[in-house]
Amino acid sequence: MDPTTPSSPIRAPRHRGRGWTDLVFFGLVAFAGLFVIFLIFAIAAILITQSHLAFSTYGFGFLVGTRWNISPTEQVYGAVPFIADTLITSAIALVIGFPLALGSALFLTTQAPRWLRGPLGTVIELLAAIPSVVYGFWGLIFLGPYMRTTVEPALHRYLGWTGGFNGNETGTDVLTAGVILAIMVIPTISAISRETLAAVPVAQKEAALSLGATDWEVTRTAMLPYARSGVFGATILGLGRALGETMAVTMTIGNHDALPTSFFSQGQTISSLIANELTNSAGPLQYSAIIYAGLILLAISIAVNVVARLLLWRVLRVSRGSVE
Amino acid sequence: MSAITAACAIAILIPLGDIIYQAALLGGPTLSFSVLTAGLPQPCSVPVNGVPCAVGGIGPALQGTGILVGLAALVSVPIGLAAAIFAVEYRGRFLGTAISFTADVLTGVPSVIAGVFIYAYFVIYDPALVFSVITGTLALSVIMIPIVTRTCEEALRTVPHAVREAALALGIPKWRTTLQIVVVSALPAILTGILLSVMRAAGEAAPLLFTAFGSRLGFEGFNNPIEALPLLIYNFAESASNNWIHLAWAAALILIILILITNILSRLTIARMVRRMRGE
Repeated sequence: MDPTTPSSPIRAPRHRGRGWTDLVFFGLVAFAGLFVIFLIFAIAAILITQSHLAFSTYGFGFLVGTRWNISPTEQVYGAVPFIADTLITSAIALVIGFPLALGSALFLTTQAPRWLRGPLGTVIELLAAIPSVVYGFWGLIFLGPYMRTTVEPALHRYLGWTGGFNGNETGTDVLTAGVILAIMVIPTISAISRETLAAVPVAQKEAALSLGATDWEVTRTAMLPYARSGVFGATILGLGRALGETMAVTMTIGNHDALPTSFFSQGQTISSLIANELTNSAGPLQYSAIIYAGLILLAISIAVNVVARLLLWRVLRVSRGSVE
Repeated sequence: MSAITAACAIAILIPLGDIIYQAALLGGPTLSFSVLTAGLPQPCSVPVNGVPCAVGGIGPALQGTGILVGLAALVSVPIGLAAAIFAVEYRGRFLGTAISFTADVLTGVPSVIAGVFIYAYFVIYDPALVFSVITGTLALSVIMIPIVTRTCEEALRTVPHAVREAALALGIPKWRTTLQIVVVSALPAILTGILLSVMRAAGEAAPLLFTAFGSRLGFEGFNNPIEALPLLIYNFAESASNNWIHLAWAAALILIILILITNILSRLTIARMVRRMRGE
């Protein structure tokens, strides 16, 4: 630079009113941003105040109460049947869904022909866009009867000795709800696992290849360990979806307020309890108990999502090499 | 190994294929222009006195879904877009990250909880409005706000930094740079993101069970309950009347078609936009 020219610091030209319009704009967008954070606290606050009656009646005993009886003569509300069914159906969903999701994610990132990867990945993601009430409808009309006539008798014949596959084979039960949930969580787990698997650095794979690893050995030694926490995060995210899924479960689980005795038991998850009983609760105590159950569901889903997001943010951020 | 993973990929396509096939098979023949507009019929399975069952239509549900998601978009798009602007354009601040994170967690909160939240709030403060267009709109807004926030954030991030710097270097104030340059550049992606969240809300039944509630009639004012497509599917699916079940399939088919079209279109738009931004 020519040392003779007087050094003038580059300054943006002044505009009339620039200061306060920018400030107003900042205020508006900051308000909206804070509103998003406020929303989650508002939801929690309303549920806490409305579950107060049940909380003061049962305290934390609600979490271990195994009976839910709405008859006016003997009102008693305990959340265990719903917590149990929520966990069992979600567990079934993951046991069935995880291997299929991971397998399909591996297929799409490592083995499928290149021209197939994009379209097939899109189709799997489209599965996630279908409304849950449509899954429930399909589960009610097609999956349920198929479970009743084909899958459940077979399970009873070969696995009946375990004690978990006994009872009436109705097709509207905990198992069917779990299978529907599996179908619904697979796209979530598959799509995000695929993203984290695709984020494995090429050098990592080339290093394994240079040591003479076969394709499967590259996958097993170079890709899966690297993508492990991302795949784990994806699975937890799928779990979160399964725990809170409402319509599909409500339409296939049979809606029965008691502890399950086998996979063929009719049941009720926390979300189906809310869907079925919130608007026609018999009195303030039942209403409050349902909201209390909803509060438990909220707490579980927030915890699950925080864990999943922390895992995924770290994995995907590091791989993008930026601080986005 | 590749045989096993390929089998996994094929296995998970079977339910999708069957859902679309059954909806087309059972809902397709019912679908016609008059079905889209006609009112809900009386339940009927077999002809009575030689009079065949009325086909009826899903007019009130289609109208209700349109009203509910339209109003919910009016509520959630300004809030979601503004929150995204704050998170992206004022980045570097801790709050921006906190907003993205909260929005991510909120999208994972079960949609039924959004319904419970609005229902419980109105039970306390305005019981007369508990089952109404207003509460239905608010419940859907609670679901849409975090989704709009996240999709708008992703859209704004595709705009290169150089664009902002060039505008600021010309002395254009930050708010005009943001609204007239950054947001406009990202507009295709923002619009598709909004469209996707609208379609997501259009398919939600759980939050509407305790808010919009459903109605056999069409729109009767903002203070009254209203029907919606997913509510109709839920209520008619479990009925024993053939004409209701057929209408439920028709409604499911309409939702599936709308959702698949918007999803595919938005993917194409976003892919094209990302390519353009990279200068390819």
